[in-house]
Amino acid sequence: MADLEPIVGRYFTLTLDGRPHRVYFEEAGQGIPLVCLHTAGADGRQFRHLMTDDAVTRHYRVLAFDMPWHGKSLPPAGWQDEEYKLTTRGYVELIRTFITALGLARPVVLGCSIGGKIVLELARLHAKEFRALVGLESADYQAPWYDDTGWLHRPDVHGGEIAGALMSGLIAPQSPSETRWDTLWMYMMSGPGVFKGDLFFYRADGDFRDRVAQIDTSACPLYLLTGEYDFSCTPEDTRRTAAKIKGAHVTVMKEIGHFPMSENPAKFRTYILPVLDEIRAQTRSA
Amino acid sequence: MPDVFEALPALVNGNESLVRRGRYCTTTFLVEAGDAAWLVSVHEGRVERVERGPFLMRAWSFAVRAPREAWQKFLEPMPAPGYHDLFAMAKAGHARVEGDLRPLMQHLRYIKDLLTAPRGRA
Repeated sequence: MADLEPIVGRYFTLTLDGRPHRVYFEEAGQGIPLVCLHTAGADGRQFRHLMTDDAVTRHYRVLAFDMPWHGKSLPPAGWQDEEYKLTTRGYVELIRTFITALGLARPVVLGCSIGGKIVLELARLHAKEFRALVGLESADYQAPWYDDTGWLHRPDVHGGEIAGALMSGLIAPQSPSETRWDTLWMYMMSGPGVFKGDLFFYRADGDFRDRVAQIDTSACPLYLLTGEYDFSCTPEDTRRTAAKIKGAHVTVMKEIGHFPMSENPAKFRTYILPVLDEIRAQTRSA
Repeated sequence: MPDVFEALPALVNGNESLVRRGRYCTTTFLVEAGDAAWLVSVHEGRVERVERGPFLMRAWSFAVRAPREAWQKFLEPMPAPGYHDLFAMAKAGHARVEGDLRPLMQHLRYIKDLLTAPRGRA
């Protein structure tokens, strides 16, 4: 018999900004819903190791959608004449629409990079809808490490090759070769201009320096975990952000870069399992 | 130390998959370590020549400049955060990347692999 993984994938249509979008998501496990948000220019496969970890799926129903334009989700009809750009408003709408459509009751949301950034906005605007929020490689702002995202989408530079080559530096040198290259493969597969469009949110629209102080962690616990090798969102960026948010928990992860769950799943679980256990304990006592 | 850049022809040309990945890369770029400099000439993925400066009026496409100590840390087998990648060094202010960036960006994986080929030998 084939050794089938416990992950299953489904498609459905979400209406976002008044337009239908065919969205793909995967899930595994049962219990508290745990919605996972992938990084810019990537897709939900980044969470496959979390979804096959019995210590997680025993207690959590882990779900990860591919954002529209990413992975197996499609861009909306008419995309061929549009420039894709992720906005704060659109990203919040996507996450809340997904959760409502599936009837997920007070889920935990765990996001990485752009996903880590948007949980700050979920915490500020909609804290009561969530059991807990977890931001990986998350900050209210991070200084750019190259000036021109135009390199990511132009005919004389291969978009997949450049995305993979740039991201390779954000992976810790200790991360195993197999998961390092899995992570980069997802970047190499992204559609033209999609990574660049996500970075509009990451770099420009998602500058939350003026508002993270409004987050109330008594309404919803907030955990921020950042890898020591991440020079895109540095541990210092995360600490500076957390210093403005009373009650935010900060962990700096050793020997990890910008893609904890994907680049080094074995190392990441030593950091995330205690957080997930703590969230579960709080839920029981609530 | 960064003198190990002079071993690039052997390190790169003996690596079949690296040469294959660089097969469309033909350029000459400058590597600077403190007051020492090297011009690295690549032809279709093979390092044809590494010349040591000083240079007077020599052309190159892009330049990668860092103090010797930064290269030393970059070339450690398991470099510390901030020294583990060319762009990490640039963001942290340890290195500068200048000139015509197009050949660098077109062949970024190849150039990065080339620069890390001497890792552990410095």
